[in-house]
Amino acid sequence: MQSVHTVSAYDEELKFLSKRIAAMGGHAERMVEQAVAALVNVDHGLAQKVIQDDIVLDEGQREIDDKAIIIIARRQPMATDLREIVGAIRISADIERVGDLGKNVAKRVASVDGRQPNSLFRGIEALANLALTQLKEVLDVYASRSVERIGFVRDRDDQIDAMYTSLFRELLTYMMEDPRNITPCTHLLFCAKNIERIGDHATNIAETIYYIVTGDQMPAERPKGDKTDKVVMAGTVPAK
Amino acid sequence: MAETGAGQDSRGQALAARLRRNRWLLAAGVVAVIAVYSFAGASIYVLVPALALLAAAAMLPADAERRSTDTGAAIEASGLQRLSGEYLAAAVADPLIIFDHSAAMVHANAAAFAAFGGLAPGMSLALKFRAPEMQALLDGILSGGVAADAVDYTEKLPVERTYRVSASTVGHATGLYVLVFKDQSETRRIDRMRADFIANASHELRTPLASIAGFIETLRGPARNDPAARDQFLQIMQNQTGRMARLIDDLLSLSRLEMKPYLRPGTAVDLRQAIDSVIDSLGPLASENGIVIERDFIDGPVSVPGDRDELFQVFENLLENACKYGQSGGRVTVSMARVEDGQDPGIDVTIRDYGPGIAEEHIPRITERFYRVDVENSRTQKGTGLGLSIVKHILTRHNARLSIKSEVGKGAAFTVHLPAR
Repeated sequence: MQSVHTVSAYDEELKFLSKRIAAMGGHAERMVEQAVAALVNVDHGLAQKVIQDDIVLDEGQREIDDKAIIIIARRQPMATDLREIVGAIRISADIERVGDLGKNVAKRVASVDGRQPNSLFRGIEALANLALTQLKEVLDVYASRSVERIGFVRDRDDQIDAMYTSLFRELLTYMMEDPRNITPCTHLLFCAKNIERIGDHATNIAETIYYIVTGDQMPAERPKGDKTDKVVMAGTVPAK
Repeated sequence: MAETGAGQDSRGQALAARLRRNRWLLAAGVVAVIAVYSFAGASIYVLVPALALLAAAAMLPADAERRSTDTGAAIEASGLQRLSGEYLAAAVADPLIIFDHSAAMVHANAAAFAAFGGLAPGMSLALKFRAPEMQALLDGILSGGVAADAVDYTEKLPVERTYRVSASTVGHATGLYVLVFKDQSETRRIDRMRADFIANASHELRTPLASIAGFIETLRGPARNDPAARDQFLQIMQNQTGRMARLIDDLLSLSRLEMKPYLRPGTAVDLRQAIDSVIDSLGPLASENGIVIERDFIDGPVSVPGDRDELFQVFENLLENACKYGQSGGRVTVSMARVEDGQDPGIDVTIRDYGPGIAEEHIPRITERFYRVDVENSRTQKGTGLGLSIVKHILTRHNARLSIKSEVGKGAAFTVHLPAR
């Protein structure tokens, strides 16, 4: 935990930053959850709500940026404090991106008409669960500052990549089966990509937290698990 | 009789107590009366009644006694005040967290630690409970706008839980606040289960039902007088009803498991005996499919904490799959190994077949409900698409892990890691 400063207002300002980050994080988690629920249940009302909620995150990020700049200018922070403040700026940017990705999923609800096989939606739901678990655990670490537990992030990242690759293949198959599937499946493909990106942002946040607490960069050994760049399907023309 | 005696006894005691309590007053009265008698020279006839009056007054159940009962209650009340908040919190069965004006945790009871991992004194609750409604609840109570408030709070991961959370200030100006979580997951899940069951059942039961309906139509129409076709159709219909029955069984057992996903079973299970009986019960299926089941067990007794019937179902499903889908390999190996190293010691049970294997892209998803690698093959093997989903749920309940390794053309290995604790 942080040591106490002579000027107690300084402590208050730092606390405000982390509290604001947590609130943004909670908001982003909720947005992604609701966006995926809207997609699976084809709930246009919920999708609209998610789209409108994004503005809260934009405001949050702006506020954190402003506060952080003011603290740097006024208090000339050193060491941990400086890392804390710079970290807050970075994390808020990542969370804001997560919100954008959630919003983008919500926007696509209108274009996916729900006639796709159930298994596809289940796959997207499972992918979203993995990504959200990742985000939740990372934000929990931000609250508890127990960076020794941060190793899980990479394992989870591999699972997300494997799941995404599998979904990618399945979507390609559906598109090849029937050209009418191409529009909804392309949208679903972007949804899956967005959700996979949420996992990546969570990993970024984990790295920032590691930096805030230890002052070191997290050892860089990220294996590339996303194999969709190698997925190809033999292009057989369906017989008429 | 004895009761009356006891009653008189206690009355006597009360009288004695009153006398004792009033002894100074009594003494003072006696002294005063005697003084008046000796100095003022009043007659003895005045003295005796005065003394008698004093004694009677002392013996009357005085106001003081009533007041002393009040004092007794006051002493008890201060006992309640002295009662430690920790003891009180520990006695509450629901998760309870006490926090201060900056939303930093002061104390949490055991139920709270069990329900929410990663709690520590001094930790900010605003950072831990990030959901917008919880933020609003904390802000509202800390700003002093409301003295008590409640919201519904849902945690989706790792297992879905719903709480009715009430927040309130503790006492007057103590600077402390309390959060109490009332678990409502069970009711929610029952509602959800009903909806899920209908959705799944209607989707998966439609196919066999449509086929039965079609055959009935044919039997009543074109095939009315064709005994050979009738027999064949009835056979198909029987198969389809069998499939529906299996499906309903599986859906029910899955729903039952989902109802209580985080209940940890307590008794010890003899793993060797459980697996042996699974192998015995699947003997007929194996020989029918031309499969030889090989065992490779470790020595000594092997027991893990768990629920025997559920673990039986896990190994039955896995071995049944191996016999059905790994048929071309001709053999299935069941091996058991003890894992000592690492932070997670336990028992690994591996069921390995030598069939066609599972392509890499399916592996992350085969534990999903109704996910089938090969729909046709699954249908002919009487699969419901729920077997591995059930396995996964049971293992989650046991804090266990399922890992799947497979290479196309070389078979598949399903490893269950059961923790030893």
